[in-house]
Formats: sequence, structure tokens, C-alpha cells
Amino acid sequence: MIINHPILGPRDAQEFVYLGDASLIDRPDGMTAGIESFHDYLYNRDNPAGLHRELWYHEQGDRSWLVVTRNTVSHEITSVELARDVARARGRSK
Amino acid sequence: MRYSGFRVIAEALTGHKGWKPVWRDPAPQAEYDYIIVGGGGHGLATAYYLAKEFGQARIAVLEKGYLGGGNVGRNTTIIRSNYLLDGNEPFYEFSLKLWEGLEQDFNYNAMVSQRGIINLIHTDAQRDAFTRRGNGMILNGADAEMLSRDQVKAMYPFLNFDNARFPIKGALMQRRGGTVRHDAVAWGYARGADMRGVDLIQNCEVTGMRIENGRILGVETSRGFIGAKKVGVAVAGSSSKVMAHAGMRLPMESHVLQAFVSEGLKPFIDGVMTFGAGHFYVSQSDKGGLVFGGDIDGYNSYAQRGNLPVIEDVAEGGMALMPAIGRARLLRTWGGIMDMSMDGSPIIDKTHVDGLYFNGGWCYGGFKATPASGWCFAHLLAKDEPHKTAAAYRFDRFLKGLMIDEKGQGAQPNLH
Ligand SMILES: Cc1cc2nc3c(=O)[nH]c(=O)nc-3n(C[C@H](O)[C@H](O)[C@H](O)COP(=O)(O)OP(=O)(O)OC[C@H]3O[C@@H](n4cnc5c(N)ncnc54)[C@H](O)[C@@H]3O)c2cc1C
Repeated sequence: MIINHPILGPRDAQEFVYLGDASLIDRPDGMTAGIESFHDYLYNRDNPAGLHRELWYHEQGDRSWLVVTRNTVSHEITSVELARDVARARGRSK
Repeated sequence: MRYSGFRVIAEALTGHKGWKPVWRDPAPQAEYDYIIVGGGGHGLATAYYLAKEFGQARIAVLEKGYLGGGNVGRNTTIIRSNYLLDGNEPFYEFSLKLWEGLEQDFNYNAMVSQRGIINLIHTDAQRDAFTRRGNGMILNGADAEMLSRDQVKAMYPFLNFDNARFPIKGALMQRRGGTVRHDAVAWGYARGADMRGVDLIQNCEVTGMRIENGRILGVETSRGFIGAKKVGVAVAGSSSKVMAHAGMRLPMESHVLQAFVSEGLKPFIDGVMTFGAGHFYVSQSDKGGLVFGGDIDGYNSYAQRGNLPVIEDVAEGGMALMPAIGRARLLRTWGGIMDMSMDGSPIIDKTHVDGLYFNGGWCYGGFKATPASGWCFAHLLAKDEPHKTAAAYRFDRFLKGLMIDEKGQGAQPNLH
């Protein structure tokens, strides 16, 4: 698979480490969220057959985290964003 | 029809005209007491034990494709009970004991071959860890032995013992481990279940669940609605998709695992060998092909085929361990979809829906579990309480902090 890195251009997926569902960006607030929502966040997944937004880390590259939208049936990648931009757009790190 | 040596001779003398189809091909009835979703090893074993050991009737197995077309027919056929943790080892040892009596029990030749499995050791720390694991196995009634470097050398002299990165220093051995003809396991359980009146319904995909007031009434399928008092789901890599029909999100990701077979070679690997440090394991089939594999591809996948980087990685592992493999040609590779759980261990449990039960999360190691998984799931379905060896395989273990994490990797399915 080739991941089209927003800054570096097309890179071999072998340069990356895979973390999983991009919903991991939405970590609940540790001070206010209950144990159930933390449990759901940490352990439960949608695990879809089809489009999946997922976190990849460019370990052997620029060390950036990416949100890759990939089809888990065909492996077609339709969008690649910097995770930083996605997280900020969702109100994180303000 | 029972099989026996006499029967084979009698059929040979009469032109093999007496053999019949091994199971019926019934149309689904309107309602059953038990519906098992998924005609893989676990689903078929569940139906078999439900009928045979728990005396239940009116049972159907619904399979979206053909029986045994999933992982039960795609795995590398290794059986063993060499786990460390208390939640796991009694269950896998129960399974190994069932394997030992299986062929007599279901009157079918599954080619259960206890040819022994070794896990190679490369460092002192690893020897300590394997000694601990071996002790854990023995405490739970399994067999385990530590082998010295010379003992391994006597068995497999052609291994690369002085590899600079991973020199071979010994091995943990389980002599009762080995291999089983995987398809025959599916066929044997299917035949045994069919003989006891279980309806095996193929080309019947479950596409929905009818749930009212928190109770399951039946399943929607590609062949219409089928009612049931109890529904047990055992669909391996499709677990998240099927349980989503009941509104559930599972502690699971689906990943692809590949397997490889070389051209047929003269016998030179008697048992099963794992080279964990190099992400490689191998055995030799009765036809002579080397059957080997390594890691999962590492990212969520529902494609029943893998990608090239893992093939390269597995080939490198093989070359590092046994350079002779470089002379063999690869005949076939394929993949199957694993239900990788968050702690690498399975779930056999009730759900929040009355009458709906779940069996899954087998990762890449569910073949060896087939007999015990079927037995324990049948126990849960029939009695509404877990079998004592599967009591830890609960959904709520993640909420309660009672994970069964053999590798200590945490909630990261692609590392288990
Ligand atoms: C390459 C590879 C190597 C492996 N090696 C080993 C090994 O050496 N040792 C070991 O112990 N384990 C091994 N495993 C793991 C083992 O094969 C699985 O854990 C185990 O087979 C899963 O249980 P099963 O047999 O019931 O699954 P399956 O055979 O996959 O059965 C599930 C069935 O459910 C059906 N299904 C899915 N969705 C629906 C639906 N909506 N409606 C109806 N039916 C449905 C599928 O068609 C399938 O037939 C390996 C797996 C792979 C892929």
C-alpha cells in the first residue's frame, strides 16, 4: 500500500506503524468522564468492513501522525490528513 | 453411516456404490430451539456437542457460504495447550484432551497427529519465561519439557544454531501438541451433528436480528426469517459485523493472517517449530509441503488475502532459521480474517439481549480451541452458565480490569 503523505508525498506503508481507529483521538476527559465511557473508548471498536478512518505513525519518516481513510475490503486509500489538523478541528489542544 | 475398516473393504468389493452424501441439505424450518450462526469449526462443534452432550434438539447451523469455507479451512492446523495464564491454560488443556479422543468420539478420521511442538529459545531471559510457562502448563495438568540446545540439534540439525542475532539456546517442548487435518474437523463435526438431527443450512447469510423487549426472536437471513429461542453467534472474523445487528460494538478488530505452503519435499521436519523472535513457524504436511506462517498483516482488513510485505517478512524469518528453505519453491499463499480481541483472548458469553450468546475473539489461535470452544459454548447455551474452564472469557473483563493478556501488549490487537 502507498500512503500519500500530505507533506512528503507518496510513501510506502511499510514506513509507518499502525495504531487503529481514528476515534482514539477523541479521548474522554479523565476528570469528568465515567468509567463506562473510558472503557468504550479504550476497548470497543466499530471495526467496519468498508471505509475506516485510522491512525498511522510515520516512524521511519517525519514522525507525524496521520489519519488515513482506507477501505478495509479493497485497501483503497481515499484521503490522508495530518492527525494534528483533524484533532484541532475537533477542538483538541486548544 | 458409520465408518470402519470393514466398511472400506466391503465398499471396495462392491464398486463403492454404497457411500452416501455425508450430510443432508435441508431447507430451513420456521423455528428452532437453537440457531448457531456460522458453519466454521466452532459453530459446527457447538451444534454437535449441544445435541450429543447436552441432549438438546431442534438445532440449526446457518452458514453464509459453504461449511468449513472460513478460517477452519484456512489455518495452519496447529494444536497445543502451551499457555501461561490461569484464564487460558485449563481451557486449552481441556481442548487438547478432547482432541485426543475426538476421532473415536465422532467416528471420523481427522488425522490428529501429536507430533510435538517446540518454541525456540535464544536468550537467558527467554529461557526463564518459558520455564515459568512450562511450570504453569504442568500445574494445569498439561505436559511441558525444557530442551537443551543439543537436544534441539539432535531433532533438527539443519537449523541455523549460530545465527548472530538469535542463536538457538534450547526450546520449550510440548510433546502432546501437533497438527490435525483442519477440513476433516469441520466435516467430522458436521457429519456428527447432522446424524443427530441438526439442520446444516448453507448459503444462508444472517442479515439481521429480530429483537423485541430485550429478547431475541430469531434472525433475518438471505433465505428469510428464521425464529429461535436461543441464538449463538460464532462467526470469527465477521463477529463485529454480525453483532452490530444487535447494536453491539465489540472489543475487537478484524485482521488478515496469511499462510504459506511450499512444494512437496521429503520428510525432514517431524514436528511443529515456532521461531517467535523471527516471526516464523513451520511444520511439514503429510504430503510433504512445508506449511508456514508468521505475523498478521497489521492493519484492519476484511480482504481474505494479504499483502506482499508480510510475505517478505515471513520468508526472511524462514531463511534466518533454516537457510535450506531458500531452495524450496512457494506453491500457495492465502489469508483468513481474524477476530483479534483487545487482550488476545477469546469471549464465550451471554449478551445484553436475552437469548443471544456470543463466541469469538479467537485471534490467530482458535483452531486448537475448536473442541473446547464448541463444548463450552454448548454448555452456556444449554445451561445458561459458563463451563468452568471458560468462566474467564467474559465481555466485562475489560471493564473490571481482568484482562487475559498472554503477551502483555494492552489494548492493541495488532500486537497480540
Ligand atoms: C492463515 C491462518 C492460520 C491459522 N493457524 C492456526 C493454527 O495453526 N492453530 C490455531 O489454533 N489456529 C489457527 N488459526 C486460527 C483459526 O483458524 C481460527 O481462530 C478459527 O478457525 C476460528 O473459528 P471458526 O473455525 O469457527 O471460524 P470460521 O471457519 O471462519 O467460521 C466462521 C463462519 O461464519 C460464517 N459467517 C460469517 N458471517 C456470517 C453471517 N452473517 N451469516 C452466516 N454465516 C456467517 C463464515 O462464512 C464462516 O464459515 C489460523 C487462522 C488463519 C487464517
